[in-house]
Order: sequence, then structure tokens, then C-alpha cells
Amino acid sequence: MALDIADQTLVFLALPFVAALASPVAVRLAGEKAVWLLALFPAAIFAHLVSLAGPVAAGEVFTGGLRWIPTLGVNLSYHVDGLSLVFGLLISGIGAFIVLYSGGYLKGHPQLGRFLSFIFLFMGSMLGLVMADNLYCLLVLWEMTSITSFLLIGFDHNWRASRRAALQALVVTGGGGLALIAGAVIVEGVTGVSELSLVLRSGEALRESPYYGAAFVLVLIAAFAKSAQFPLHFWLPNAMEAPTPVSAYLHSATMVKAGVYLLMRFNPVMGGTALWEAVLPAFGATTLIVGTLIAIRKTDLKLMLAYTTVASLGLLVMLTGFGTDKAIEAAVYYLVAHAFFKGGLFMVAGAIDHEAGSRDIRRLGGLRRAMPLTFAAACLAALSMSGIPPFVGFIAKEEIYAALAGGDPRSIVIAVVAIAGNALMLVVAAAIAIKPFLAEPRPELGHAHEGPVLLWAGPMVLGLLGLAAALWAGSANHYVFAPMAGAFAGHPIDAHARLHLGLSLPLLLSLLTVALGLAVFWRLDAARRAMAGLLRRIGWGPDHGFDQAITATLAFSRSLTAFVQNGRLESYMVTVFTVVGVTLIAAMAFWGEFPALPAFPADLTFYEWGVLAIAFAGILAVLWASDRLTAIVSLGIQGFAVALIFILFGAPDLSFTQFMVETLSVVILALVMTRLTLHKADHRPAGERLRDGAIALVSGAALGLVLLSVTQVPFDSRLSDFFAQNAYAIAHGRNIVNVIIVDFRGLDTLGEIAVVMVAGLAILALIRIRHRNRPDAEAAAQTAGPAVTKEAA
Amino acid sequence: MEPALVLLITCFFTASIYLLLSKQVIRMLLGIALISNGVNLLIFTAGRLTHEVPPIIPPGALTPAVATANPLPQALILTAIVISFSFFAFLLVLSYRAFQELGTDNTPEMRVAEPVDQPPPPGGY
Repeated sequence: MALDIADQTLVFLALPFVAALASPVAVRLAGEKAVWLLALFPAAIFAHLVSLAGPVAAGEVFTGGLRWIPTLGVNLSYHVDGLSLVFGLLISGIGAFIVLYSGGYLKGHPQLGRFLSFIFLFMGSMLGLVMADNLYCLLVLWEMTSITSFLLIGFDHNWRASRRAALQALVVTGGGGLALIAGAVIVEGVTGVSELSLVLRSGEALRESPYYGAAFVLVLIAAFAKSAQFPLHFWLPNAMEAPTPVSAYLHSATMVKAGVYLLMRFNPVMGGTALWEAVLPAFGATTLIVGTLIAIRKTDLKLMLAYTTVASLGLLVMLTGFGTDKAIEAAVYYLVAHAFFKGGLFMVAGAIDHEAGSRDIRRLGGLRRAMPLTFAAACLAALSMSGIPPFVGFIAKEEIYAALAGGDPRSIVIAVVAIAGNALMLVVAAAIAIKPFLAEPRPELGHAHEGPVLLWAGPMVLGLLGLAAALWAGSANHYVFAPMAGAFAGHPIDAHARLHLGLSLPLLLSLLTVALGLAVFWRLDAARRAMAGLLRRIGWGPDHGFDQAITATLAFSRSLTAFVQNGRLESYMVTVFTVVGVTLIAAMAFWGEFPALPAFPADLTFYEWGVLAIAFAGILAVLWASDRLTAIVSLGIQGFAVALIFILFGAPDLSFTQFMVETLSVVILALVMTRLTLHKADHRPAGERLRDGAIALVSGAALGLVLLSVTQVPFDSRLSDFFAQNAYAIAHGRNIVNVIIVDFRGLDTLGEIAVVMVAGLAILALIRIRHRNRPDAEAAAQTAGPAVTKEAA
Repeated sequence: MEPALVLLITCFFTASIYLLLSKQVIRMLLGIALISNGVNLLIFTAGRLTHEVPPIIPPGALTPAVATANPLPQALILTAIVISFSFFAFLLVLSYRAFQELGTDNTPEMRVAEPVDQPPPPGGY
């Protein structure tokens, strides 16, 4: 049976999860060689998506999926348009190389199988995230990328820094996910639909809704948390604690772009407003500048790359918010170019770390001869990152400048930011490509040599792709950039940028960028020192703030727990009874439902009064009992008085039971209490007794008032009448109470018997475990033993 | 006649709550015994009171001939008496064993489960 294309796509979307299950087994059987097999999974997905590229470029949109909870509008539906497709190609294509690279990087690692499993779980979540049509499906997958990212960052869970970074990433991106849930609920509430393909047609309604501002802020928080926008950027550099394949894949090429994807996806419905075009460029520009400035201060290859990733994400957000078609086009080119060069550079950094044993740029040098292929890959990626022709990075930069060459003040400010950011990124790119390879050779790095093919194949291919995308720009535009830009903008865009070096304003700005970058690179050490000084003077950063927030939360929860759960039974009791009394009385006072003052109960006979008086006397005697015998006897008095009350008011069964139970209680009490001491009187100081007395009076009176109100409402006797009518007719018993107990409510009685049995067993157990397992007592007995014998001697 | 019972029940509750608030386990036990009786009487009174006519169907009749006491609360209380007795017996033995092990019946001193100088759980990462 041939599957149609919709079902095929669904199968391919599920494929990474199959691979996640298969990878531990495959690695156990074949070691790191299994990656050659496992890489076929993402390669197959990539091939399938390539087959969709032609129709998508022609304007077709593929949809399909499964119903999940249709009544709530929750479905596992997908929607492949230009935007989804390009993200999908990046995820599966780069994913294949990451799987190979992991095999080389974690060669011989005992948990390689688990690692690959996490990578595939992430790949499946991320693919689903960019393909999801249903808002809630998107939410679930969004959270799944956060969770898999947590697992991957914390992969080396023996390191405290890894655990901290993993937790931090989870808190920040997971918190963003919470905002996204609220945002999705608002979007669905306003538009009435939960499929993105339908939401995309309701942009007008959403933008004019009074809830637009709230939805905008919530979606923005989610996107900024995921895509590491200032001031939520701090988790991304910390996430570099993860093994390098993770940094290359999640934290540069794919996951961190989920926020940008979200903004691009919502651009047709939420974009174009004054709010959107003011807030996005402002945060994006800040992030770009902060990211690049910190990047040149760092000396660790991965941290330099991480901060430039933050900066690049800022640049993308800035362009997304700028709002013109030209800016959208530029963002599309830059996103793809960035995935190629940053993924490649991360893998290069990992290879250097793996082979030379260091990532510190000050300790690396002269690796050109030892690692020529890695050097070549680094150069390809760095040239693209610097925006040098003939790489796709150059086209992206030209497009950015063309989009910002408007001449109005806003364009000029953003263009200046973009030039400064690009120049500083060139500095970092140059530093990474040049310093480790061309600087003075280090004798201590003599052992370094080229890594296996698994380590250099990925960056090499990505670097060449960066070249190919520029050289064959026509095809790339037709199949990749134009469909993506069209889906991003919400209307067709004819992306036709190609390599050309004619004299124009963008080219002049490019030259200015390169000149600026080279100038800073020439004085890199001075620039680094200046930045270090500046950061030292600022001192505080959001990363530190995160620790403060966590510490404060823990301290708050500890003090709250110490207050509420202080381990003192007395304070729990006081709280319970005060709340009972105050709540009941306050409720009655609030609704004015105090019972009416009752008339004097003249229908009681003198002996009934007598029994009530005995019960009262029994209570008083219990209260004032100063030795155990009095207490036991007084308890008996009130108990037997209650039994008499039962018999006087027509309840002989209760009376007999009460008599027996009271007798037994008194006997058991007498047995136990003779071994306990009852102090002469209450040990409470007078103030406490006054307080306890007041609480007891208030809550006792409250319960009494409630009971009085109950007796003053008309009595509903339906249930009692049912039992009286049917006790003989159905159950053939004349004692109605007995019939209820053994027949109508027989199961209750069974439960009651079970309670008695369990209590009996528990009592037996308590009595049996006599002074068992008391090491201190035994130790005391042992130490006391010799002393006694000594004295005796 | 209900108001008179309500007054007595109020006394039961007040006395038992006062005893429960004391810090001696033995007095709290007395409070438990009292509060069980108080609750039973409360259920009894809430079902309304009738003088001396038990809910029994006379021989030869299908239903009670005259107005009888309400059978439903009686069935509930019968269960409650037995359960509160087992509960009381269990608490009694528990406090007795606690007294044997700890040498005190003063609740502020019984802090085996939640020691005062317990270090906080590990914070950080």
C-alpha cells in the first residue's frame, strides 16, 4: 500500500523518535561506528523534505496530521510552507552531520548511546515545532525542545557547572514556554481557531483586538527567552557546558532559532504594528551590541562563538521587527548563512578542543600544519561569517545594508548598529580562524593532529554549502530563500539577491565594516582589556541576578516552611481551631445568618435535665481532674451520661454500644494510665490558658451556633422515611437501624470493621516493638557496663 | 428540647478543644474522647430528637405505626462510636509507647520527626 504524501511526511516527522529508541542499541552493538547508520535517519528526512521543495517553491502548502483531542481543538497537525521547510532542511541536514560528529567527538564515551538518543529526541521535537500547525501541538514540542536541551546541557551531570547551566536554561526557556501557553490561549480566544494556518488569516482581528498587547508581550517573552535576547541572554553562553555537538546543533544552528521562528511565524498576524516595529528592533539592537562586545572580551573559543550567536539572534530579531520586505529578505539570507557558518565554527572549535586539548585562544597556535582540513573548514566558515565574497554571508550582509539604506533616522540608527555589530563579528571570526592556526606554534601542542573524518566532514560540508548557496544563488533563491521570505512576510516575495560587486551604497558599507573590523582585530588585545575593565566596573550581570533570584526563592520558601510547618503540634492545633471558629462566626456574621434565640426547652422532663446535668458535671470533672483516677472516672461519667441520653431519646442500640465502649475505654485507660504520669494540673502558664480558653470558647460556640441553625431549618426527612418505609418491605428487618447497618449500608459496615481490624493490628505492632533498634540506649548500656563492674570491683 | 442538647454539645466542644490545645499528650487524649462524644451527639441532635420511641417496626406492620426516632443518624453514630473507639485505643497505645521511648508526654519536647537543629536541605545546584 502506497502512502500518500501527507502520511509519508507524518512518518518522516516521527522518524527521529524511532532513531532515539534505536541509538542506544545500535551503539551497544557497533560502538561509535553506529553513527554512520544512525545518520541515515536525518538524511532520509532531509531527502524527503528536498522532494517537497519544488512544490513548496511553486506555492503549494502541505498539511496533514492526526486528530488528538478535536473537541478542544488540539490536533497533531502539520503545515509545511516555505518557512517550515527551510527550518526543517536545516534541522535534518545539519542534524545528520551532528550525529556523525558526535561519533567522533564522544568516541568511546560510555554513554554515547544515551547522548545520541537525546539528540534524536531533540531533533524530533524541533522538527515538529517548526512543522506544527496546531498551536497546542507547537506548545508541547516547544517545551520538549526545552527539556531535551536541559538533558543535553546537563549531560556531564557530575559537573556542578553543567547542572547549573542545564537548570538555568530550563528555568529561562521553560518560563518562556509558560508565557507562550498564555499567549496561545489569547490568540485562540480572539481568533477562535487553533490551527496556525487558519490563525494566519485572522491577522486583522488579532491586531485590532484589545488583547493584542497582552498576546504580543507573552509571545515576545517566549521568543526572547528561547532566542536569548538581552536581558534573557545569559543562559546561552552558560549552555556551552554541553558537549560541543550540542552547542553546534541546539545552541547555534537550530533550537535558539525557535524564538526567531516564532516571531517570523507570527509576523503576518502580529507584525506591522507600531508596537512590533518599536520593541523588536530595540531589543534586537541591544542584544546585537551587547553580544558582540562581550564576545571580543572572551578568550574561550566556544564562549566567543556563543556570544556572537546571541548577537546574531539579536540581528535577526532586529530585522524581523524592522518590517519592510527587504528586511525580511535580509533576515532570511542571514538566518541560513548563520546556520551554516556558526554550526561549522562550533564543530571546528570542538575539533580543536578534542585534538589540541584547549579552547583558550591565548594558548592555541600553529595548528595549521597539524590540522589542515580543520583549518580549511574554519576559513570557509569564518569568511562567510565576516561577510566576505563569494560566500552567502556576504549576500546576507549586502541585503541587510540594502534594507537599512532608507535614509530616515530610524534606518540610520539601525544601520549604524548593524555596521558596528558586523564589524565586531568579523573580529571574532578572524580571531577564531587565524589565532589557533596561524599564531606562533606552541611546543605544548606538539601532539595535536588532524581529527578523524567524523570531526572535519561536518564543518567542511557546511562551509562549502555557504559557498555553494552564493555561487548558485539562482537555485537557492528559487527553492529556499523566496518561499521562506514569502511565508515570513505573509505575501509572495521575489528574493533574487546574488553575488555582484557593482559600486553601490551597501558595498561601501560592507567595505567600511571590513575596515572597522580589521582595525579592531589589529588591536584585539587592547580591545579585550578595555572590555574586561568595563565589565568589571559594571560588576553585576543577569547571570549573577539569576543566582540571586534562585537563592532568594529558596530562602523565601525555607522561611515560609519554617513558619507554616514549624514542627510544633501546639501551633498547628491553635491554627486549626482558630480558623474553624473565626471562619464559622465570620461567615454567619457576613451573611447575617445567626440562629434565632431559642425558646426555653420546656418539653424536657426532670430526669432528662438530670442526665444532661450529669454529663455536664462529667465534663467539668475531666477538665479539673488532677490525678489519673479522677480523670478516668470523670471520663466514665460523661460517657455513661451520653449513653443515657441515647436511651432517653429512642436509641437503645446506640446506648448499648456506648455503654460497652465506655466500659472498655475506662478499663484500657486504667491499664495504660497507671503507667503514665498525669501532672497535678495543667502546666500552661496563666496567659496561655487564657488564650487557649478563649479559642476553645469561640470555636465551641461557633460549632454550637451552627448546630442551632441546623435545628431551626425545616427538617428534610426523605431519606429517613425511605428507610422506615422499606426496612421491612425490602430487607425484612424490624429494627430499622440494624437494617441500615447490615443491609442498606452493608459496605460501610465492612469498612468500619476493616478500620477496627487495622487499628487492632497497629496496636499489636506498637506493643510488640519494644525498645528495638535504639543504638544510643544500647551504647549507653555498654559503656555503663564496665563502669559498673569497675565500681563493683 | 434541641436547644438544651445544643448547649451541652457546646460544652463538650469547648472542653475538648481546651484539652486538645494543652501540650500534654495525656490531656489531649482526654480531649479526643470528649470530642468523639460531642460529635456523636451533634449528629444525633441534627437529626432531631424524639422521646423514647425507638425506630422499630411493630410485629404485623409493614411500617412504623407512630412517629419514631430518626433511624439514619443512629446508624451513622453506631459506626462512628466503634471507629472512634478504635481510634482512641490506637492513640492511647501510641502515646504510651511514645512516652516509653521518649520519656516525656510534652509535645514541644517530642521532636524526633522534626528535630529543632535539623540542617536545611541542600540548596544550590
